[in-house]
Amino acid sequence: MNWWNELLANPAISEKLPEATLETLGMVAFASFWTALVGLPLGLVLHATGKGGTRPVPVLYVVLSALVNIGRAIPFIILIILLIPVTRAVVGTPLGWQAAVLPLAVGAVPFYARLVETSAREVAPGKIEAALMVGASRLRMTGGVIVREALPSLIAGFTVTVIALVGYSAMAGAVGGGGLGFLAITYGYQRFDASVMFAAVIVILAIVFLIQFLGDRAARLVDHR
Amino acid sequence: MITLQDLRKVYQTRSGEVVALDGISLEIPQGQIHGIVGQSGAGKSTLIRCLTALERPTTGSVIVDGAEVSALSEALLRQARRRIGMVFQHVNLFEARTAAANIAYPLAIAGVPRAQRAIRVQELLDLVGLGDRGDAYPAQLSGGQKQRVGIARALATEPAVLLCDEPTSALDSTTTRQILRLIRDVRDRLGITVVIITHETSVVREVCDAATLLADGRIVESGPLADVVTRPGSPLSQALVPVPDVGVGDQRALVQVSAGGAQAQIAHALHAIATEPDAHVVAGSIETLGGVRVGRWHLDVADGDRVAVLSRLRAAGLAIEDDAA
Ligand SMILES: Nc1ncnc2c1ncn2[C@@H]1O[C@H](COP(=O)(O)OP(=O)(O)OP(=O)(O)O)[C@@H](O)[C@H]1O
Ligand SMILES: [Mg+2]
Repeated sequence: MNWWNELLANPAISEKLPEATLETLGMVAFASFWTALVGLPLGLVLHATGKGGTRPVPVLYVVLSALVNIGRAIPFIILIILLIPVTRAVVGTPLGWQAAVLPLAVGAVPFYARLVETSAREVAPGKIEAALMVGASRLRMTGGVIVREALPSLIAGFTVTVIALVGYSAMAGAVGGGGLGFLAITYGYQRFDASVMFAAVIVILAIVFLIQFLGDRAARLVDHR
Repeated sequence: MITLQDLRKVYQTRSGEVVALDGISLEIPQGQIHGIVGQSGAGKSTLIRCLTALERPTTGSVIVDGAEVSALSEALLRQARRRIGMVFQHVNLFEARTAAANIAYPLAIAGVPRAQRAIRVQELLDLVGLGDRGDAYPAQLSGGQKQRVGIARALATEPAVLLCDEPTSALDSTTTRQILRLIRDVRDRLGITVVIITHETSVVREVCDAATLLADGRIVESGPLADVVTRPGSPLSQALVPVPDVGVGDQRALVQVSAGGAQAQIAHALHAIATEPDAHVVAGSIETLGGVRVGRWHLDVADGDRVAVLSRLRAAGLAIEDDAA
């Protein structure tokens, strides 16, 4: 257990690693929260206003769809930089993990919205008609039928999104966002302390596996097909 | 209960206009089970979708239970739809909800309090013979059981009209018979008006009181089964009461004759045929449909005195449906 003691003796690992882990979890958690809050309705609006939706509005659909495409097309690292003025205005500073939440959410919302749209489209039109036929309003039908019937798929898509956010968060760290990515880069790349980098990568892996496990669990729990 | 006036539905497609319904006028009285038959593409589904306002007619009006659904605003339409139950070919149950929750959904939408909902759901489950399967998810039910839940869901808000689009097409013949019996039973108990769309004439024979034959978006024939089956030359009757296969041989000489009404008329017709030395029955059937006795026969009539034979049969009350010679 010599290497283990050695690892713990490294203050970058014993002190900074737990802190960086919390920062990463914080970034991902808050960014995921906002992504769900904005991405889910946005995806449902895309579905409703699109071709074959319950309320087609071609103009709105084209505009939203273009915005979503642009959001997804801009490489994340560039998005962070583009958003610096906005981040400064909203959060007060472009640095720190709290500041990274905004670009992370902005990057993930279009991604998740598209997944939501696809999931919603997989709900059989007949189920939607069945709900409308008993006099449900579009809003109630969307919540009670589309979201509910697509829930396993919505959760699976959200899991994919959160895992992508873990990856993004490492990039956000590279430009001063804090967290495990920041730790790995400052120590591993700039100070040539590879053990810190490996430790950071291991923790990131553990987080990703845990998210996938929980996501699969949740999806299975609500799947009655 | 249902009135259609000069209903037209035209779809605009890339390759031009498709006239799905072309001037449909139809009256369906309360409590009737009305079958709508026709070949694929005849416009059956379009017709039922116009009744529910899932599709808006191009012109003409649709009046269901006193409400002109083709002209209602969104909010009023939601109200009106609670008076119309719909049963789908593919059932369209909500898979994320149990059978009981599926049936409770329309009640929740209608604002029925939770406690009352539970009572009503159990009543409906009992009505469709699934009293103990309320907790099952659709994936755990057979096709026939799913359709029973579908019927219970359609009946939840006590609609005045039950619309069924191919309700048994996905079911085997035994289950079909059970579902049709259930529909008839529901009508008898609740006095509800039922429209059944189907491409199977056996469905019409089994449950319907009246039928309409559609072809190319138009009504070919319509009426109570008792009238239809005794109507000479009726295409619906031909479809509903086909003559058994004649088999091989020279079919040119065959004549198709029919008789319908009370048993006495059938007996009279049989006697006329039997006493005709130059006419032989090659194939035929006698049955009861819509409360009326119907007979249909293929006769082999000797060429020489054909005209005389046929006029004697006609005089005996037989209709000459199809004189092949
Ligand atoms: N949304 C649509 N757009 C264009 N044409 C349509 C549409 N829906 C139906 N049609 C056309 O209208 C006609 C009638 O279709 P409908 O679905 O009512 O037939 P159907 O009698 O129900 O046939 P089936 O027994 O195969 O279900 C067909 O020619 C069909 O191609
Ligand atoms: Mg059809």
